Amino acid sequence: MNSIKQKLISIKWAKILFFMVVVKPVVLIALGLNLVNRKGLPKEGPAILAANHTSHLDTLVLMSLYPLSQLHRVRPVAAADYFMKNKWIAWFSTHCLDIIPIARDGKVARDELFKGCYEALENQQVVVFFPEGTRSLTEEREFKLKRGIHHLVQRYPDTKVIPIILHGLGKALPKGEALLVPFNCDVIVGEEVAHGDDVNEYLASLTAQYENLLTQRITR
Amino acid sequence: MQNSSYMALLLVIALVIASVIAGIKKRKYPERDYEELILRTKSWWWMIGLVLAALYMGQKTATVFFAFVSFLALKEFYSISQLRTVDRRVVSWAYLAIPVQYYFAYIQWYGMFIIFIPVYMFLFLPMRSTLIGETKGYIKSNATIQWSLMLAVFTLSHIAYLINLDLFNERFDFIGLVLFLLFITQSNDVSQYVFGKLFGKHKIIPKVSPNKTWEGFLGGLAMTTLLATLLAPFLTIMTWQQGFLAGLLMACVGFIGDVVLSSVKRDIGIKDTGSLIPGHGGILDRMDSLMYTAPIFFHYFYYITKDFIA
Repeated sequence: MNSIKQKLISIKWAKILFFMVVVKPVVLIALGLNLVNRKGLPKEGPAILAANHTSHLDTLVLMSLYPLSQLHRVRPVAAADYFMKNKWIAWFSTHCLDIIPIARDGKVARDELFKGCYEALENQQVVVFFPEGTRSLTEEREFKLKRGIHHLVQRYPDTKVIPIILHGLGKALPKGEALLVPFNCDVIVGEEVAHGDDVNEYLASLTAQYENLLTQRITR
Repeated sequence: MQNSSYMALLLVIALVIASVIAGIKKRKYPERDYEELILRTKSWWWMIGLVLAALYMGQKTATVFFAFVSFLALKEFYSISQLRTVDRRVVSWAYLAIPVQYYFAYIQWYGMFIIFIPVYMFLFLPMRSTLIGETKGYIKSNATIQWSLMLAVFTLSHIAYLINLDLFNERFDFIGLVLFLLFITQSNDVSQYVFGKLFGKHKIIPKVSPNKTWEGFLGGLAMTTLLATLLAPFLTIMTWQQGFLAGLLMACVGFIGDVVLSSVKRDIGIKDTGSLIPGHGGILDRMDSLMYTAPIFFHYFYYITKDFIA
């Protein structure tokens, strides 16, 4: 009896409700996805969805690809300075999005910085990760990847890293805009990136995958 | 039972037959890949099912349904167009034209229905664009926004005007009229494709669409005209002679709609405009000929029945 009760408490109801009532309808109707290679999405962790980043919608779109029953496994990495700004936003980020906060200010040691990611990967979760570190403007199509992703894979070599290209969300809700305008967007899921010890080689192969996936897009 | 109900029944029977054939093929040749065919058939169930459901729920629901279709089509158009980031403000105004345009169709205010987008939106959108102040790429962006609005909203909204026309009697309802338009348009697509596959030799516009041949076009034209001649007196208040001319018109302009959208896709360098309808592509891929047949059929029908309306 107690275990059922505990289980019910442990379910993130706010997250499920938020995705059911707000995110999924918005993504399906106001946005609309051109999804390529859905089968490539990892069903179980430890895995990293490594996507390019142009819009706040990126996280929501990637998470919405998972059914509500699987959603508890999917955790987005998000900037603490933004998503933990005040207690209201922090409540929303923790309960509705279930984020892994990450401090971008560069003051903490690397292991401290990635602590949340370590835990998530150890718990077989799927981490939504943006290797570019921040949102880039839509027009810029140069991928400046940071080393963090390689560090995570070095530490947890079982982790599947799936590159994903999102395109069109920068039109729907670009950086610095508050008005959402409906546009379709492409979600192009790539193949697992092979692991390698050399960080530059690793990032280069990820970049090459991104450029390749980008050619499959429908939206402009 | 109204004649349109027989037509709806016929469509469902056709779907059942198509599904059975797809199933048999899959079982007979398990080594071949029929995924595409099965996806296509499934999507036809969805499309016909949704249209019939909307039509049978009445004029209001059907109007809202086609307004939503317009929204999806317009969204797809804007998504594949090379717009600037600053254009999103103008685009959001273009979306707002949809409910207004369909409202005019619903209340049957013909004057506003026919000028709202070509005059008022036409003048308003560049003003909004000018207020934003970005002049680089101004002409291209504004042309794209206007043209998409005309194609995806103005043309398709003619279906909503037909739905709400007030000249129906016990035998002929609005469902029959809309089914006539949709069925003739889609069967024209299919028969042009089939005749092209069977007899196609002489290409019409190889630079735009290498699959379009004179044989396909003329075969489709004959088939469509025949179907329209037979169906017009059965589904609508038109006589068979009027149906004959409607079929000719729709076969010709349906073809044009098809290749106009092909040119758009070829310009952008994409095969499909989206992936909303599995096995078919995007909604524009399915609606391309309808964007031309809907207004042309509407004005033809409106002209020959104007005595009823007055």
